[in-house]
Amino acid sequence: MEWSSVLSGAIEQGIGPSAIIYCLAAIGLNIHFGYTGLLNFGQAAFMMVGGYALGSLIQTWGWPLFPSLIVGLLMAVVLALVLGVPTLRLRADYLAIATIAAAEAIRQVLGSAALNDEFGGQDGRYGFVDGMRSLNFIPSGGVHFLGLDFRSYDFFIMIVGWTLALLLCGFVYLLMRSPWGRVLKSIREDEDAVRSLGKNVYSYKMQALVLGGVIGALAGIMSGLATSNVAPSDFATDTTFFTYTVLLIGGAARVFGPVAGALIFWFFISGLDLFFDKMTSGANPTIPASIMTDDQASLMRLIFLGLILMLIMIYRPQGIFGDRRELAIDAH
Amino acid sequence: MPTDTQPSSDTQSKKSDSILVADGVTRKFGGLTAVDVEHFEIQRGKITALIGPNGAGKTTFFNLLTGFDEPDSGEWTFNGQSLHGVPPYKVARKGMVRTFQLTKVLSRLKVIENMRLGATGQRGEKFLPSLFKGLWSAQEKENTDRAMDLLARFKLDAKADDFAGSLSGGQRKLLEMARALMVDPELIRLDEPMAGVNPALKQSLLGHVKSLRDEGRTVLFVEHDMDMVRDISDWVVVMAQGKIVAEGPPDTVMANQAVIDAYLGAHHDAALTHETEEEILAAAEAELEAEAEAEENS
Repeated sequence: MEWSSVLSGAIEQGIGPSAIIYCLAAIGLNIHFGYTGLLNFGQAAFMMVGGYALGSLIQTWGWPLFPSLIVGLLMAVVLALVLGVPTLRLRADYLAIATIAAAEAIRQVLGSAALNDEFGGQDGRYGFVDGMRSLNFIPSGGVHFLGLDFRSYDFFIMIVGWTLALLLCGFVYLLMRSPWGRVLKSIREDEDAVRSLGKNVYSYKMQALVLGGVIGALAGIMSGLATSNVAPSDFATDTTFFTYTVLLIGGAARVFGPVAGALIFWFFISGLDLFFDKMTSGANPTIPASIMTDDQASLMRLIFLGLILMLIMIYRPQGIFGDRRELAIDAH
Repeated sequence: MPTDTQPSSDTQSKKSDSILVADGVTRKFGGLTAVDVEHFEIQRGKITALIGPNGAGKTTFFNLLTGFDEPDSGEWTFNGQSLHGVPPYKVARKGMVRTFQLTKVLSRLKVIENMRLGATGQRGEKFLPSLFKGLWSAQEKENTDRAMDLLARFKLDAKADDFAGSLSGGQRKLLEMARALMVDPELIRLDEPMAGVNPALKQSLLGHVKSLRDEGRTVLFVEHDMDMVRDISDWVVVMAQGKIVAEGPPDTVMANQAVIDAYLGAHHDAALTHETEEEILAAAEAELEAEAEAEENS
């Protein structure tokens, strides 16, 4: 039994492309939910418009990489305006309803057979990363260190992705220490109080929704670039909820919360997967098939993930970076 | 209801220098007319109290004037400018700032951050300039100094670095008042500043309200406790059932028959036995107490 392969596999996933995608999505969501208190349950929609703009513009319409990427980000601005204009003047719940519904509606439309020529139906778009591959400067043999193995392109995506994540963390830090960030945090606490002091709450909420949405689109674009594929199943509702999980593990309204959350989330989810896979595979598995088959084992990670989430919520509800004192304060 | 439609003769005494004038303001909730004010003025540099029993429409009227609620009809002006349809944040920028009956402190922000938020015209509150500290740090320093001065005046300076959510109910009232002053308003409007505050702090709050007038601001405050009002207000406006039933200097108003009727019921001096009167008073007191408790618990 190769236990070190479980560990190295978990670390590879923990710092790998999937972790980056959720880290970026959570940085955007942190601006919405963590700092401004906007209940966005459709972060997957922002990721989707970014990813699909990239994939379809390149594959369907033959655009080059960078213009497609810019359009992907602009699409997120448009989506934020469409969602925000009618709902941000209303109570917080309405944005939640609108975003979760919009995310599913967009997913159904992009995956529909009627638009098969443009968006590729349920298969989505794929094979559109030649432009990105041509930028790859990592040796084609891949990268190997400390028992970890990464393919060349994956490692390139990781360098680009983590650099981007750190730059965005710095950006969020600069914003949130400023008076602008103070207005956002105040809106989270009580928007009527902010209004009574002469601040245009609606405008600030809109700015936050657009900014977080654009960062979400960046996550969708990275997802497309990393896997060379965008498909409706990549952007289902659970994508949004995994993003919330990542954010809450790391600690909402903390600059590095999404980074820590993504690392921990993907380390555990892939570690547990590999662990149960090892325990139930082979001719004479450690856990006999009468207790658990290897099909069932693949679901164990979700059960344990739920357990870990519960333990975090009970013993460290503020997340890794949160301040418990702050959480103990009642809203009124 | 003969007294409702006949404001006392004091209404006719025109005020020389009005900062706020409202005419024909009505607000209906379904079939209920919560506010129906024909004419209302606030004199510059004075403390005006808006009083009335529970459910008289004081807070609703107050919300209408600050843009937090929209009236069904009416016009009102502040310094001669119409405020009809002006959103609350613009009302505040024009120099009219309010506080809330149930205090709205920003719990998970520090006291000093609550204060800094109040400052107007902050360069760092714009998205792009906020990224460059050099563009706003000098202004931030000025605002912090002013905030610390105000906190010292309200005896909250020791709490500057605590979360606002850790303050007591009375301290929150003080913080809210101090934060409103960061906007440097001409007219400050306090919604029941004494509600749920212990008697000792009440006295100090009254002192603070007076000091606002002494530094040249106009104060409007809503209150349902008449004794609080007698002490400090220059002018008292009494509302009942959505209408203004009387106004005038405190002592005149307190003696006004319409006011007594509004508070105790129109037939309180009719042929009642002593016992029934006691009963009615006891019931009224119990109601007030229950309400005060409810406010404390909320």
